[in-house]
Amino acid sequence: MEKARGRVFRYGDNVDTDVIIPARYLNTSEPKELAAHCMEDIDQNFIHEVRTGDIIVADKNFGCGSSREHAPIAIKAAGVSCVIAQTFARIFYRNAINIGLAIVECEEAPARIKAGDVVSVDFDTGIITDETTGETFKGQAFPPFMQEIIDAGGLVSYINTKQA
Amino acid sequence: MGMTMTQKILAAHAGLSSVRAGDLIEADLDLVLGNDITSPVAIREMDRFSAQGVFNKDKIALVPDHFVPNKDIKSAENCKCVREFARRNEITNYFEVGEMGIEHALLPEKGLVIPGDAVIGADSHTCTYGALGAFSTGVGSTDMAAGMATGRAWFKVPSAIRFELTGELPAMVSGKDLILHIIGMIGVDGALYQSMEFTGPGVSSLSMDDRFTIANMAIEAGAKNGIFPVDEKTAAYVEEHWNARQHPAAGEGKDSISAFLKERTFLPDEDAPYTAVYEIDLTKVQPTVSFPHLPENARTFDEIGDIAIDQVVIGSCTNGRIDDIRTAASILKGRHVAPGIRCIIIPATQAVYLQAMEEGLLKIFIEAGAVVSTPTCGPCLGGYMGVLAAKERCVSTTNRNFVGRMGDVTSEIYLASPATAAASALTGKLTDPRSVV
Repeated sequence: MEKARGRVFRYGDNVDTDVIIPARYLNTSEPKELAAHCMEDIDQNFIHEVRTGDIIVADKNFGCGSSREHAPIAIKAAGVSCVIAQTFARIFYRNAINIGLAIVECEEAPARIKAGDVVSVDFDTGIITDETTGETFKGQAFPPFMQEIIDAGGLVSYINTKQA
Repeated sequence: MGMTMTQKILAAHAGLSSVRAGDLIEADLDLVLGNDITSPVAIREMDRFSAQGVFNKDKIALVPDHFVPNKDIKSAENCKCVREFARRNEITNYFEVGEMGIEHALLPEKGLVIPGDAVIGADSHTCTYGALGAFSTGVGSTDMAAGMATGRAWFKVPSAIRFELTGELPAMVSGKDLILHIIGMIGVDGALYQSMEFTGPGVSSLSMDDRFTIANMAIEAGAKNGIFPVDEKTAAYVEEHWNARQHPAAGEGKDSISAFLKERTFLPDEDAPYTAVYEIDLTKVQPTVSFPHLPENARTFDEIGDIAIDQVVIGSCTNGRIDDIRTAASILKGRHVAPGIRCIIIPATQAVYLQAMEEGLLKIFIEAGAVVSTPTCGPCLGGYMGVLAAKERCVSTTNRNFVGRMGDVTSEIYLASPATAAASALTGKLTDPRSVV
């Protein structure tokens, strides 16, 4: 997981897990089925327009509300390569790391990046580049322990490696 | 430097003499919880662990409560998956329909959480058990799976905000009004990554049910956990619901159990670091309603005009306990729900349901034109048992009023106390409970 690159879907503050994947679809946990309804209650066009590699950029407290892991699973299965936000709600943050959905916290980038821009993220350096405007931003690095989980490919693989 | 209540519990479970905010630790868990929505995902993850099986069959609680009794075929399959996993692994604390209740009301009632515990649950409202002086926090399914497999979880030690409470809540004002007021004050990310610690002389006046409601909604301010100090009310609650099988180390007899609990009581140090301290005079708190579509949109009745409603829901892990049901009954008694209003009352557990029946509350509800349902989370998250049509409005004692949470994306949820919800059911519009008693 060195680099993500894609077009931006832009959302605001407090995108909650109920709009990421409404509970009426939680009678399944099949990633593809969940992805088909991803962001449905906030952006009906998302699932028709999203292409593999695309990036979600949001403001504060992304992923607040329910602990449903179905939310990052749906985003990942929809093909999104990275979510950039000013802040993430803590359960979503954990879940994303645990299932291997790339996330980057960055205070400055969301305010400057617009919907439809092409953005790339270098995970080794934390540098976010808005290729449309040429601006670059520095995302917050993960603590080494979390980076280990990410590098292992998620929490289960990390624990397996440690216990091996 | 001193430690907060949360930090002390985390240090004790990590085998450390002290921890500081920001430390990454691995803690032993006293309980790992999952429900019918989150457990199937965790159970599938369990198969990926090289070490098979669960760490301790007594320290896992599986509570199908969201879409049960099964609302459709897919939900039935999810429940079947959880049931079979529980059987296969001989999970002691699996609660079938008929025994189950809404998880966060059920676990304290069954004596599965006690002061000083460290608990994770694959449900965001796991923070409820902070009312008992435990550290408990919501996680996702993969963390739940790791917890079930290893009995441990990693945490970043949180910093904390302290809420210093004084005085007593006025009549017809409850813990729900207080927590909505607080979330209105600090915002839905006001306590992001932090603990909310409730202290001060005002705590002693709050009932345990009020404390459960308050701790329950800490997540709605973004908090990792909410927690209360252990006092006489906590001890009385825990002793009343004592579950000897779960705590063999406590020994037998009242004195032995009291001594055991004392060891598990963690109060904040005098010099515990808090990033902010809010002083709240409980006598000033008023009936509070959170308007769509965020819990932080809190208003008092001087800021609320005529809001006509279609439905009222009284229940959930936030407000389905016996105090809540009694309050609703006290307002509906001898009166009738306004024409055209659907009033749905959901006791949170079988024990609450039975108690309500014995006290004659169910009769009051039925005579008032309300319906009473078996325990379920159903309507709170738009699952079933009260889903809203386009543009409908609901006054609900639940915890979230996000877009589409209870049904159509154009429907609206007004979060309120059981008293406000019951008063609103009588008039068909958002109503200050003090105006109907």
